[in-house]
Amino acid sequence: MRKKAVAAPTVRAEMAGPVRMVEATVFASIRPIIRKEFRQIRRDPRTLVFLLALPGFLLLMFGYALNFDFKHIPLAVCDQDGTQASRDFLARLGTTEYFDILYRLDDPRLVDGLFGRDQAKVAVVVPRGFADDLSSGSGAPIQVLLDGTNSTSAGTAVGYIAAIVQSASLRMTTQVLEGRGFRGLSVPVAAEVRVWYNPELRSALFLIPGLMAFVLMIIVVVSTSFSVVREKERGTMEQILVSPVRPLALIVGKTVPYALISLLSAHLALGLGYLLFRVPIRGSYPLLLLAMGLFLLGGLGQGILISTVTRTQQVAFMIAILTTLLPTFILSGFVFPIRNMPGIIQAFSFFVPARYFLSALRGIMIKGVGIGAFWEQILFLAAFAGLTITVSAVRLRRSSGVEGEGRKRR
Amino acid sequence: MTSSSIEVRALSKRFGAFTAVDAVSFDVRRGDIFGFLGANGAGKSTTIRMLCGLLEPTSGTALVAGHDIRRSPEKVKRSIGYMSQKFSLYEDLTVEENIRFFGGVYNMAAPDLASRLRWVLEMAGLRGREHSLTRNLSQGWKQRLALGCAVLHEPGILFLDEPTGGVDPVSRRAFWDLINRLSEDGVTVFVTTHYLDEAESCNDIRLIHAGRIVGAGSPSALKASTIRNPILEVECGRTVEAMDLLRREPWVRDVSIFGVNLHVGVVEEAEGRRRLAARLEQAGIPLRRIDRIVPSLEDVFLRRIEDSDKEAGR
Ligand SMILES: Nc1ncnc2c1ncn2[C@@H]1O[C@H](COP(=O)(O)OP(=O)(O)OP(=O)(O)O)[C@@H](O)[C@H]1O
Ligand SMILES: [Mg+2]
Repeated sequence: MRKKAVAAPTVRAEMAGPVRMVEATVFASIRPIIRKEFRQIRRDPRTLVFLLALPGFLLLMFGYALNFDFKHIPLAVCDQDGTQASRDFLARLGTTEYFDILYRLDDPRLVDGLFGRDQAKVAVVVPRGFADDLSSGSGAPIQVLLDGTNSTSAGTAVGYIAAIVQSASLRMTTQVLEGRGFRGLSVPVAAEVRVWYNPELRSALFLIPGLMAFVLMIIVVVSTSFSVVREKERGTMEQILVSPVRPLALIVGKTVPYALISLLSAHLALGLGYLLFRVPIRGSYPLLLLAMGLFLLGGLGQGILISTVTRTQQVAFMIAILTTLLPTFILSGFVFPIRNMPGIIQAFSFFVPARYFLSALRGIMIKGVGIGAFWEQILFLAAFAGLTITVSAVRLRRSSGVEGEGRKRR
Repeated sequence: MTSSSIEVRALSKRFGAFTAVDAVSFDVRRGDIFGFLGANGAGKSTTIRMLCGLLEPTSGTALVAGHDIRRSPEKVKRSIGYMSQKFSLYEDLTVEENIRFFGGVYNMAAPDLASRLRWVLEMAGLRGREHSLTRNLSQGWKQRLALGCAVLHEPGILFLDEPTGGVDPVSRRAFWDLINRLSEDGVTVFVTTHYLDEAESCNDIRLIHAGRIVGAGSPSALKASTIRNPILEVECGRTVEAMDLLRREPWVRDVSIFGVNLHVGVVEEAEGRRRLAARLEQAGIPLRRIDRIVPSLEDVFLRRIEDSDKEAGR
């Protein structure tokens, strides 16, 4: 057995460490953490591809799938009148880009079969006596049949038809009246509708900013919570926490790389939005950057916060998805207008950062307004980011980040 | 400064209603190899984690390198190195990247780091493998690298939590050579283990059982104070039956099974041998061999646990 002198050990070792490290600042240790994080990301190209390509991919998918513009709707017509007037009327439907007249039927009962086989979505029947009714001025009814399976598209189609019928009948009325000797007629009330910001009512303009918020939030929260929980799973977190590194330095070091990557990701999404869907950036770019930066910071904080209450990547993933996917999809005004929600749901939406980001984003990109219009949103995003990051730093310091690490894992 | 590197006073940790560490007190002398010996779940890791500032004690205090673990955990962290029970380096970084990372985290100046990097590679026998991914190293190498990273910043106190779990005997030997070298350089080494042969290499030992310290001293002192009776190693048939049988004899102090043999504590050696042979023959149990043995730490350990459980009325 080995015996060792206890007296007069070299004190050198015990002194050397502390003295040299006293001047360690909080931020001196951030750099090695950032460098390490980038190295690990680089070693794992799948993650990088995921972070960079996913937003673009989802943008494409959703951008095309969530297209609420309906054009070239298959239309069936049935002209029972067979007069010049009825032919003129139906021809007007066919000249718009909204409808393609695919079927001309002799019998309106055939419509049922066409709808059933999905060969037509809308049918217009002009009954016998259309021209006579028109010239007698007694009002000429037409029949519009719709496939209501998809209520949104049916609603849009009704709108289009109504508009076309409206303008056609106005013109015809004038013609008929003029034919009877009236001159210089004008319609007493004419509504002139002008749509601002998005005159063609392209849904892409409305959807793309929301999609960006949605995708960025998910990748940011998932990737940061993963990167922290992975360290807990592997035990490296304990090794860092036993060093003099401060929790704040650890958090900053771990988030900076993901913040930069997700910012890059956001720009890819912006670029794709512009190239594919012609979504412009009408307002100021620095403001856009500010909004994105704050929004991403909040997401990073949320990711770290999730990782302080979880121990495995699976659980972290579940919580991350649950706390980002549903709120940003449903409560942010991305697809469903918040205005139309029941009061209690609206109240929930006040705590969803994506809601604020989204209105700032739409403000900057589509309306091109200045900070005056959405400073409150910016303020909220800043508050959310500050809150999540502070809380996670406190939780990490209290070493709850390692509580339970002592349990067996072999 | 006192001559103790670590002073622990009535340190406790409770998890809910469960007491993992129950008012333990001990001192660790500077430069010692201090062994913390206990079965699974005894509370070894929990104690170490409190001393390293990773876990807040429920009650009690401890001074590590002269710093209170509650009041100045940051100062404690600068004075210690720690190697956790699990292998905890970045598997997706290379050997050198791991070393540089921990050097950076401890805020080491570049020239210091460069010389320590060489030292660690040398020590762990990893020269030439600087650029291997850590995940591709064998377990023994990983452990030596983890040790190197833990002492990179030249801490005066080193905490090792079951450092040799899962490595082969040759690697274990090599690892203990490193521990001895560090100790010779004046580093205080606090090591937990449940390998009793490793405990033999410690200067000072605490036996911990169910969160309480049940034995203290150097290995030889522990043996001398615990085992006063001669111990006979008995090789016979039907060991379990023989053990039950011998337990009831008044001249037998204690019996336990060691592998395929029995260890029987008797009052006196010659008398004990004679009676043992007679009793086994009477029961028709074949006796192959009786030897007087020097008690091992294992004997000490089992005896202490038994006594402690008896005391606690279990
Ligand atoms: N975070 C925790 N929450 C609840 N119980 C815990 C926690 N950490 C440890 N324990 C329990 O405390 C007891 C002591 O655990 P500890 O890890 O200190 O044992 P150990 O002596 O290191 O054992 P081993 O040799 O298996 O590593 C065990 O029963 C363990 O289950
Ligand atoms: Mg343990």
